[in-house]
Amino acid sequence: MQLVLEKRAERSNTIALASPLIAIGLTIATMSILFAVLGKNPLLALHAYFIAPLTDGYSLQEIAVKATPLVMIAIGLSLCYLANAWNIGAEGQFLIGAVAGSWIAVKTQGTDAGAWVLPVMLLLGAIAGALYALIPAICKVKFGASEILTSLMLVYVADLFLDYLVRGPWRDPHGFNFPTTAEFDPVATVPLLIEGGRLHLGSIIALLVVAAAAVLLGRTIKGFEIRVVGAAPRAARFGGFNANQLIILTFAVSGALAGLAGIIEVAGPVGHLQPGISPGYGFTAIIVAFLGRLNPIGILIAGLFLALTFIGGEQAQIAMKIPLDVTKVFQGILLFYVLACDSLILYRFRLVFPNRQVARGTG
Amino acid sequence: MRKTLVALAAGLLLAGSVSAASAADKLKVGFIYLGPIGDLGWTYQHDQGRLALEKELGDKIETTYLENVPEGPDAERAIEQLVRAGNKLIFTTSFGYMDPTLKVAKKYPNVHFEHATGYKRDKNMSTYSSKWYQGRYIQGLIAAKMSKTGVLGYIGSFPIPEVVSGINATILAAQTINPNIKVKIIWANTWFDPGKEADAAKALLDQGADVIMQHTDSPAAMQIAAERGKLAFGQDSEMIKFGPKAQLTSILDTWGPYYIARVKAELDGTWKSEDTWGGLDSHMFAMAPYTNMPDDVKKLAEDAQAAITAGKLHPFKCPVVGQDGKEVECKGGDHLDDGQILGMNFYVKGIDDKVPGK
Repeated sequence: MQLVLEKRAERSNTIALASPLIAIGLTIATMSILFAVLGKNPLLALHAYFIAPLTDGYSLQEIAVKATPLVMIAIGLSLCYLANAWNIGAEGQFLIGAVAGSWIAVKTQGTDAGAWVLPVMLLLGAIAGALYALIPAICKVKFGASEILTSLMLVYVADLFLDYLVRGPWRDPHGFNFPTTAEFDPVATVPLLIEGGRLHLGSIIALLVVAAAAVLLGRTIKGFEIRVVGAAPRAARFGGFNANQLIILTFAVSGALAGLAGIIEVAGPVGHLQPGISPGYGFTAIIVAFLGRLNPIGILIAGLFLALTFIGGEQAQIAMKIPLDVTKVFQGILLFYVLACDSLILYRFRLVFPNRQVARGTG
Repeated sequence: MRKTLVALAAGLLLAGSVSAASAADKLKVGFIYLGPIGDLGWTYQHDQGRLALEKELGDKIETTYLENVPEGPDAERAIEQLVRAGNKLIFTTSFGYMDPTLKVAKKYPNVHFEHATGYKRDKNMSTYSSKWYQGRYIQGLIAAKMSKTGVLGYIGSFPIPEVVSGINATILAAQTINPNIKVKIIWANTWFDPGKEADAAKALLDQGADVIMQHTDSPAAMQIAAERGKLAFGQDSEMIKFGPKAQLTSILDTWGPYYIARVKAELDGTWKSEDTWGGLDSHMFAMAPYTNMPDDVKKLAEDAQAAITAGKLHPFKCPVVGQDGKEVECKGGDHLDDGQILGMNFYVKGIDDKVPGK
């Protein structure tokens, strides 16, 4: 008797709907065992992770703040991935967007520059992100270079460029040599939505981006083109769709969104440019994109959910003294189960019994 | 079945809230750590301080910490999380938490904050740090005596005054032994990254250095020095077990007494915003035993330590000559004053390098 994984004749819609729930159920079961082994009360621990952060306005704001860059980047990435264009370098586009926008903030510091500063910063961030993403896209289209490698390698270039700027030309003259620019002026800062909170305008922009992506994919010919090129390249060719053009387009859009997320993060929660502005948002967003099944609404939910595990993880550290490593294990287990359960949409388990006749015949 | 589960859950939650209520009578003290508590360096020592605090005042206080908090956008949230969890005195233990701490401090005027190694203060925000340059001076003497190549390797973290003054103190001391001493400096641009720290140590040894000093937090450099049969100084913690034949000494951060004093002040209601900058005399740090060196070097180190502790020897004794060959203004009588050291942004003569970004 043998357990084999075989391809389903068609994708199972039941499992597609149930899979995230099964994954969450399995995660909770596994984590409960782990908490019990650690000598922590599983119910209280799960409460600290999932329920407590949802019960007060402060934590909800923090979840939204944390999810904002993740969702914005992931929406852009999902367009790329749907069109079979593999942009892995959103982290770099995020950083370049942050740098380009900060340029205005640094140059206008201490001057009487007016309300135009922030809009120009955001615009510049988006443009710079798009241009930076076009480098791997053009290399792919013109020279056939793997966009996975080139976009990834450009992350390090962006990282070091930012590093150079804040250590050299843009360093805060009163910052005792620490690698950071001075705090941005109020006109160069993303406005807060709630007095005394941290929720900022960027979260609204992220919601608009989600809505726009949903319309683009669901209601427009371009969106249809993107999906066809990804799902059935041959059919797309016969249909006269230009795959190369779409690579350029989706890379540019995804770069622009990552760049916009970058400058919003810097001009918002951080307030100045420094190394380490991104704890890997560009990479985590890849997970968010797939966790959300490359669907705009799915990505919104996935982004909020991942943010919840971060905030919940901190609260568990404080309330239950559960080490940070457990939070990381927790996130890892969750992704593992999600991916494992997703494979059941296209595959199924089957028990295979060795054929008795043959067995007897061969002795 | 379902009923029992519900009852169980209710009971557990109730039990949780009861213990929370009894804990409410205790003063809650929070800590934000840069690295993991197991970094065996900087964060480890802060956590040792926290444990000393618990041991001393455990019946009156409850401590909490958040580890591995990056010096970026997440720091502000982490600090605020501690405030919201009811912590009334919060220690933020890395330079990069300065602005986030200040932001949260302004928002919660009734909570007291203590920021390590920074320079911004407020009514409810103190700063504290140690005069590690005193320890670096002793290390400079030992290094110059022990080096055969006359080249010291120095792993810097960030070119902030604390680190720059450490390099200067080391070289000023070494020059009293060997006027031609050379130092090679590599900036790791991180406080804690064992991989990068190890690479830096290898590069320095490859360039002819035979004594490694570091201003980063992990024992990685010590391990590399031990592997190659060279010498090194530990940092923050006792690192002798990573290089039993390599460690000369180590600057040991001893935060416990300070934390205990500050929490006692908080309990008495006498806490106020202060700037504490303690040296060997006030036991903010100590030197690990002097090992792997001949007795005369050991004696030299011990004498220097005694002289510094007694205030008879100042590492930045005037005249201090900068790289440009000009004498630095002597604001502290016969030595540089605290402000000059806290803002130090130049190398002394004899360092064949330049401060990054200058």
